[in-house]
Amino acid sequence: MSRPRRERRSVVAVEAIGPYALVRVTRGSLDPGIPGQFFMLEAPGRVLPRPMSLCLAPRGELAFLLDPIGPGTRALAALESGEALHVFGPLGNGFRLDVERPLLVGGGIGIAPLPYLAEALEQPPAVLGFRSQHHAEAAALFPNAEVVIDPVLVTEAMPAGRDVLACGPEPMLEAIRAIAPDAQLAWEAPMACGYGACYGCVVEIDGELKRLCVEGPVLGGSPRAAFVASTRGLCGEGRPCSS
Amino acid sequence: MLLLNASGCLDALTAPDVARSLDAFVTKTVTPEPREGNAPVRIAETEFGMLNAIGLANPGRDTFLRETLPRLASAIDVPIWVSVGGFNAREYAETCEQLARDDVACIELNLSCPNVDEAPESAAEIVRACREVTAKPLYAKVSPHSWDIGETVRAIEAAGADGLSLVNTLRGATLDARLRPTLSRGAGGYSGPALRPVALAAVVAARRATQLPIVGMGGVETGRHVIELIACGATHVALGTVLFADPDAPTRVRGELAREVEALGGDSVDGFFGVALDAVASGVNSGKR
Repeated sequence: MSRPRRERRSVVAVEAIGPYALVRVTRGSLDPGIPGQFFMLEAPGRVLPRPMSLCLAPRGELAFLLDPIGPGTRALAALESGEALHVFGPLGNGFRLDVERPLLVGGGIGIAPLPYLAEALEQPPAVLGFRSQHHAEAAALFPNAEVVIDPVLVTEAMPAGRDVLACGPEPMLEAIRAIAPDAQLAWEAPMACGYGACYGCVVEIDGELKRLCVEGPVLGGSPRAAFVASTRGLCGEGRPCSS
Repeated sequence: MLLLNASGCLDALTAPDVARSLDAFVTKTVTPEPREGNAPVRIAETEFGMLNAIGLANPGRDTFLRETLPRLASAIDVPIWVSVGGFNAREYAETCEQLARDDVACIELNLSCPNVDEAPESAAEIVRACREVTAKPLYAKVSPHSWDIGETVRAIEAAGADGLSLVNTLRGATLDARLRPTLSRGAGGYSGPALRPVALAAVVAARRATQLPIVGMGGVETGRHVIELIACGATHVALGTVLFADPDAPTRVRGELAREVEALGGDSVDGFFGVALDAVASGVNSGKR
């Protein structure tokens, strides 16, 4: 696996996709890593960087999809072309790609790592769930996804007999695991550092509190990982810390 | 001057390159028994710093000595300082006694973790108990909460400490949108930029009370911040919260420090030791009272 690096990169563009923002930065000598891995993005004016999984890796660029709901993500979404920020990664463990019949499942901003994953798996079928038509505009990042909107759940649209790779809110991941115990699931937790230093992102794995940035963020697909949602996922403003 | 990490702000096993860029690596605090630490949520950002309530998560003394310490010693080539915690003086002393090994360069007694219940004994009593059982250099990590840091420091020195580390975090709390504490423990340790002026004043107070070496820390982010702590009487400096945002901080800060020393017309950072001491302590600024 490639070693993480921290570089000062410049913003190519920030594009609105529904309510979300796609932040595109120059790649420099950063490695895009494996789908599901994440980067720490310096959030202008904030003390701590924000963990974001890679959404797309166009030639010469890295692109991150985020939901501007907290002070950090709002600062990132407000970046303008040419402005600079530090980017550190790739970090953590991504998805295993040796699956036979992949099905991607995403919910809300949890679709963020899936476009890059879809590329690596040669555009497998995908089921995406959103809370509104406006949020569902993000499905444009996929060529052929099935989209469901609240109150329809992704679990109602998932075909059986597939190798599930999913990212989304904790209740969605719990529901997926209940019907697809071998699913590979990408989780989220408040993180200060992303590289094992702060012990802030612990979650219960196999009955022990372990660092999600070191053990994950993708867990499952093996008997080792049993995630118990134990965080309220809140950081300061009633928002996920990675906001 | 040595550049260290603040205890609990770096894992040399997951980031050995970062540890190697320091002059010494300080471990996460080791307690007699394994501790899982506090339930999540453990961290929260504020405008000027961050709160943590990790709760001294560590594998416990036995596993640390049997597994962690040998792995650390082979992973990094810088001296290892072991941070020791406990819930009474006997626990601290028992751990210190077992650290009489070549791969331990120094012991730092964590006397001031804001995220666990305090030991019933005073800081000086804990230092005295440890001094009786170890010949290793013994540093005492002091809380910024004391109203009279000088008195605390004199008692710690009389008890046999070889040095001081200050400051630990300040206790703080934040509320979420629905007015519930953000941290599941309610309150936690506040660190980062907000702590910087607190650290400067605490180092001045300690330096006026003792000639012991002092590891100054609290909100250091740049070379300028390092030289300010040295000017206030710190002998060494540790990086804490900045390591979360910038794992390259040790190398960057050293470069900034060299330029700062040159810009101030000095030869080395140690040449600025204590230069702000009298003025800060007495309130004198540029000759005006």
